[in-house]
Amino acid sequence: MARAVTNRRKAINTTIGWTIGLLMFFPILWILILSFKSEVDAIRGPLEVLSADWTLESYAAVQARSDYFKHFLNSVTIAVGSTFLGLLVAIPAAWAMAFVPGKQTKNVLMWMLSTKMLPPVGVLIPIYLIFRDVGLLDTRLGLVIVLMLINLPIIIWMLYTYFREIPGEILEAARMDGASLRDEVLYVLTPMAIPGMASTVLLNIILAWNEAFWTLNLTAAKAAPLTAFIASYSSPEGLFYAKLSAASVMAIAPILIMGWFSQKQLVRGLTFGAVK
Amino acid sequence: MGRITLDKVSKSFGEVEVIPPLDLTIEEGEFVVFVGPSGCGKSTLLRLIAGLEDVSGGQIRIDGKDATLTPPARRGLAMVFQSYALYPHMSVRKNIAFPLRMAGQDKAEQNRRVEQAAAVLNLTDYLDRRPGQLSGGQRQRVAIGRAIVREPAAFLFDEPLSNLDAALRVGMRLEISELHKRLDTTMIYVTHDQIEAMTMADKIVVLHAGVIEQVGSPLDLYRAPRNLFVAGFIGSPKMNLIPGAQAGRPDAATIGVRPEHIAVSTESGQWAGTVGVSEHLGSDTFFHVTCDGIAEPVTVRVGGEVDLHYGDRVFLSPDPKQIHRFDQAGDRIA
Repeated sequence: MARAVTNRRKAINTTIGWTIGLLMFFPILWILILSFKSEVDAIRGPLEVLSADWTLESYAAVQARSDYFKHFLNSVTIAVGSTFLGLLVAIPAAWAMAFVPGKQTKNVLMWMLSTKMLPPVGVLIPIYLIFRDVGLLDTRLGLVIVLMLINLPIIIWMLYTYFREIPGEILEAARMDGASLRDEVLYVLTPMAIPGMASTVLLNIILAWNEAFWTLNLTAAKAAPLTAFIASYSSPEGLFYAKLSAASVMAIAPILIMGWFSQKQLVRGLTFGAVK
Repeated sequence: MGRITLDKVSKSFGEVEVIPPLDLTIEEGEFVVFVGPSGCGKSTLLRLIAGLEDVSGGQIRIDGKDATLTPPARRGLAMVFQSYALYPHMSVRKNIAFPLRMAGQDKAEQNRRVEQAAAVLNLTDYLDRRPGQLSGGQRQRVAIGRAIVREPAAFLFDEPLSNLDAALRVGMRLEISELHKRLDTTMIYVTHDQIEAMTMADKIVVLHAGVIEQVGSPLDLYRAPRNLFVAGFIGSPKMNLIPGAQAGRPDAATIGVRPEHIAVSTESGQWAGTVGVSEHLGSDTFFHVTCDGIAEPVTVRVGGEVDLHYGDRVFLSPDPKQIHRFDQAGDRIA
């Protein structure tokens, strides 16, 4: 039976919902506002900021000072590259754990996740030294590899969850129909897992796009993505709020737009299997 | 093609032995039904033959060749699953063509054989639909179509009709039997429904706790069940099993009489009793009669409609030629 919902209750819930939503969106909104203010106005009190004149001078300054497009391309390469490299490793791994689990599968899954609990700074020095020795410092390939490794546990976990939703009988049917393991994964499993895989890909692109620890520590100029581009505006000479905001808006805009257009897919993937 | 031999085949899951070593031969072109209550190991046995489970011991031979370690794809068998197991992202055409595509057949040949199978199964109008847009019966036909195009050495059916409603089940039962006659290929069919077993099989294998209780034609099993389990399992309604002492037959530990082999009279007979619940099917009527001195109610089948009501006194007389006798261990006394 449907629960009776009074209008008053609806109004209260709507208000709460909007308040929480706006609160979560507020930092991005404030960055957006600051990016259209002059440097002098941007450090004033909130009310004065709102009443100050609107200007595009920060964007112009950022454009003049740094090469946005180069950083943007680096970010795309690193985010997309690390996600797809991750998928290549994660699909077979998740397949094995979902369809032919062994006694230790649960432990292996937990162990993989435990690597996410390690503070990255704990392995910074060894990784930095390895990267230096093999010549991967400040290269896009190096970042693709390191971000793939960082996000791999999440990719595997997500895929594992989606694969588990796929009835084993369908894969057995494929096997009876003469499909090899490769055919089974390629023609049956992957197409059926596409909604789940799409949300895995989206989430990991977002994570890789915004990853700042490794991208800042392992790059200097050549491979620096948008995170480094933003960071370059918090310099020793002082914080330039307006320029920092303009740079941030430029850095998050692509991923924000992508997220907006794919939100349906993302929500479907993240709640996949929660309800039948 | 399609002779399957199981030689001391056994299966254990960890410590639990679900199928103790078992021998069975399935002849070419035979329609064999594995029947038994749930958990009796019949599906496991089918999956061992299919290669979807590894045997723990023994040997499986298909057409004389040892197939024990052959992967399922290369055993030349086709399987129809209870859940249909269609590929949801492919059209009916692609579903049926999938085994041909995997076998590397060219497109023209694929299409020719898909159309042929579709014509046999009345699926021609649905070839471009997705499985999700089909009814249960149509989905099951697609699953059968996918099996047919492979031209397998044998078809394996794992409770294929369990998800269909009763009316459709009867129709599909006939269609599968018809298909067997037409293709003349070995079919192994797993079911818990003894009516499916009786109506479709050339040979029934009755399984109980992983052990083969009896193998024989449906009528062999009906006429001469080897033990109490088979006697109780085959036939609908169930055979009446009455302790010998209560039935006035001290020469057997238990006697069995089928409901259709008991005559009802209002005047005289061997066992006196009171009519309990009756089930009117139109063509037949089943009476459950509580007899004096017999603990369990006795089921009696009478043709057509009979004017007997709840609480009426009746007399039952079993046909002496149709009484099955079983000893203390539950085995048939010849």
